[in-house]
Amino acid sequence: MAQEQPGHPVPGQIGLQPSVTPIMDSITAFHDGPLMITITAITVLVLVLLVIVIVRFNAKSNPTPSKTTHNTLIEIVWTVVPVLVLVIIAIPSFAVLTDQLTVPDGQRKYLGSNIFSLGNEEVPAPELTVKAIGQTWYWDYEYVDQGKTFTSSILNEEQRLAQKPNQPRLLAVDYELVVPVDTTVRLQVTADPVGVIHAFALPSFGIKIDAVPGKLNETWFNARKTGLYYGQCSELCGKDHAYMPIGIRVVSKEEFAAWMAAYQAGSLDDANATLPAIS
Amino acid sequence: MADTHALEAHDGHGHAAAHDHGHPTGWRRYVYSTNHKDIGVMYLMFSIVAGVIGALLSGVMRLELMEPGIQIFHGLAGMVYGIDGDAALDAGKQMYNVFTTAHALVMVFFVVMPATMGGFANYFAPLMIGAPDTAFPRINNIAFWLLPFAFALLLMSLFFEGAPGVTGFGGGWTAYPPLSTAGHPGPAMDFAIFSLHIAGLSSILGSINLITTIFNMRAPGMTLHKMPLFPWSVLVTAFLLLLSLPVLAGAITMLLTDRNFGTTFFAPDGGGDPILYQHLFWFFGHPEVYIMILPGFGMVSHIISTFSRKPIFGYIAMVYAMVAIGGVGFIVWAHHMYTVGMSLDVQRYFVAATMVIAVPTGVKIFSWIATMWGGSISFRTPMLWAIGFIFLFTVGGVTGVVLANAGADRALHDTYYVVAHFHYVLSLGAVFSMFAAWYYWYPKMFGIMYSEKLANAHFWITFVGVNLIFFPQHFLGLAGMPRRYIDYPDAFALWNMVSSVGYYITFVGLVLFLYLLVEAAIKKRPTTANPWGDGATTLEWTLSSPPPFHQFETLPRIDAKSDH
Repeated sequence: MAQEQPGHPVPGQIGLQPSVTPIMDSITAFHDGPLMITITAITVLVLVLLVIVIVRFNAKSNPTPSKTTHNTLIEIVWTVVPVLVLVIIAIPSFAVLTDQLTVPDGQRKYLGSNIFSLGNEEVPAPELTVKAIGQTWYWDYEYVDQGKTFTSSILNEEQRLAQKPNQPRLLAVDYELVVPVDTTVRLQVTADPVGVIHAFALPSFGIKIDAVPGKLNETWFNARKTGLYYGQCSELCGKDHAYMPIGIRVVSKEEFAAWMAAYQAGSLDDANATLPAIS
Repeated sequence: MADTHALEAHDGHGHAAAHDHGHPTGWRRYVYSTNHKDIGVMYLMFSIVAGVIGALLSGVMRLELMEPGIQIFHGLAGMVYGIDGDAALDAGKQMYNVFTTAHALVMVFFVVMPATMGGFANYFAPLMIGAPDTAFPRINNIAFWLLPFAFALLLMSLFFEGAPGVTGFGGGWTAYPPLSTAGHPGPAMDFAIFSLHIAGLSSILGSINLITTIFNMRAPGMTLHKMPLFPWSVLVTAFLLLLSLPVLAGAITMLLTDRNFGTTFFAPDGGGDPILYQHLFWFFGHPEVYIMILPGFGMVSHIISTFSRKPIFGYIAMVYAMVAIGGVGFIVWAHHMYTVGMSLDVQRYFVAATMVIAVPTGVKIFSWIATMWGGSISFRTPMLWAIGFIFLFTVGGVTGVVLANAGADRALHDTYYVVAHFHYVLSLGAVFSMFAAWYYWYPKMFGIMYSEKLANAHFWITFVGVNLIFFPQHFLGLAGMPRRYIDYPDAFALWNMVSSVGYYITFVGLVLFLYLLVEAAIKKRPTTANPWGDGATTLEWTLSSPPPFHQFETLPRIDAKSDH
């Protein structure tokens, strides 16, 4: 159900955005596989039964109702079979969840798309730590080990058309969070201590975590494709809740090294100047 | 309609005691009422009025969301505040959040709960157990009359300052702090809190009344295991209300003191924790959703049985499935909080506990189908709604199973997938059961019959409309559209347009419903004690339509044959 396209929704989309991380791989496989199959089967079963009942047991077709109110066998079946179905769903469910909440250490293997395996994907330990701070109404990003912080705000329509007309409306930001490809990034998320709750979400990465004042939450991602990826604030935070998008630019490791060097030596604009311009 | 009711009641000598010791007339009959039937009808009328208001709120929202960009709320705020330009745009964004919040609070507390527990439960639970009224008729009175006051407080909150410079509280019905504390310094939030306090009190009082009635006033011979399924659903729901509402009251009182008396329960800079509120709210909030659906389960059981001319399949399993849903419903609350930063083990527990509820719920769906199986089904209006309920509640239920899995919820939390899920179980579940019950019990309550043509048209138009509104919202959620958004990236335009068109169709259905009420009141088609035939086997059908002002002054005796 997921489609191939860059990290934002496309018109008429009916499924999940395409994945560029092992975590989103497993979410997609879990949803599009066992979950969708199960829920479609149950829905179709109920619909078919209802149609049969309507056709076979309407008053014209069946003028004399039966008096049957019990059937022990079927009652056992429709209790036990759902339990089995739920257990079958629970096995990959727990595995997918555990992967999401376990920061890689370089040894532990991850499921990726193969959610019925014990994990075959190697994921390195984090090499970069970024802190996202939900502000009213924008994000601050801090490269924790490098000690650099900047603000990322939405581009209004005038600015977007002038600076980044090919980026989607309501998603384009002035300064994207820049991270290297194939690198495990530890993402710490919090909010202004005297502000409100926000949430950091990035659909193509399969991450969503609340930004709570006074709390430091942590998640991680490892993106395997360079490009621009977008998410939106996912906890109601006031009038501009829809206007504080998240923009992440995944670049090659070499590009990132040059970018960070330029940032540490000069300004964020200097750093972004080392990368191809976004249009 | 009130006058018709009064006339018919006086004529309804029926088979009960021949005299009618004077009961109040005119406005006193209703303001001072201690009659469960009159109070039930007042709750239903109140619910219909609130329902129209709730539907108008969401209508304006769907109008706004029909196309990308802001088309409605900019001008609306400009008109309301007499401002323009960027100031009006800012005010409009906040106003959208206020509409979202008010829509939910109105529908939950002033439409579904009053209709099911205030309306149908009060009217029919005593009749079905053979009781002359409820245990505490005066508590019943105050429980009803608290509601218009609570509603008035909520409506008033829309006109007081909430967030700086804008009126109304726009923090969602969940009212998470700090948005609902520091984020809304004006009095609007305090009015909303008081509204909820009083609505909660109303429900608690009503629950005490119903529990006592059902435990103590069943007719001789009616053991609990002979009691019909609707009073059972009311009994379980009343316990859920009794145990969960005090926790909501505590949580919102803590908001009140954080806002006004210097406490810092939820403020990190005072050592507090915003997440504490979420635990407290959802400890109430999850049972609340079962409170909204369980009476509907009871009503649907009666309707399916009546129009299949067959007793409900597996009565004991149906009873204890409801008890299980209610009980387990108390220990799953944090599945609403999978993204706040809870530990792995905690999330695993809530995934497991939440999935458990699917089992008794499935038992009920299959049992309703098994009831129809072998039956002799007539597709009268109530049955259309009930069959629609079974299918659409299943759709909503299975998306709930998807969301129960925290691993998948990671991508779906706070998106339109959640909005689609709960509207399927509520607008297509609870509301369908309420319309089913309305059309089932209308002739009994009012002694007249509606136009079946109009009623069936109402069903079909609504069925098409609500599916068009909410099915595409699954797509929006999967694609990543967050909820509570006044505007969205252009890629989401198609399904938002379809969803809004669905609203307009549904609105036509709503107008048709209101017309049907007027038409029925004018036409006054006569009806009988039991217009539905031998499938209607519960006690209310042995009484006249409408029932006498006081029924069962001589208690009915329940014989051994009604064993399940």
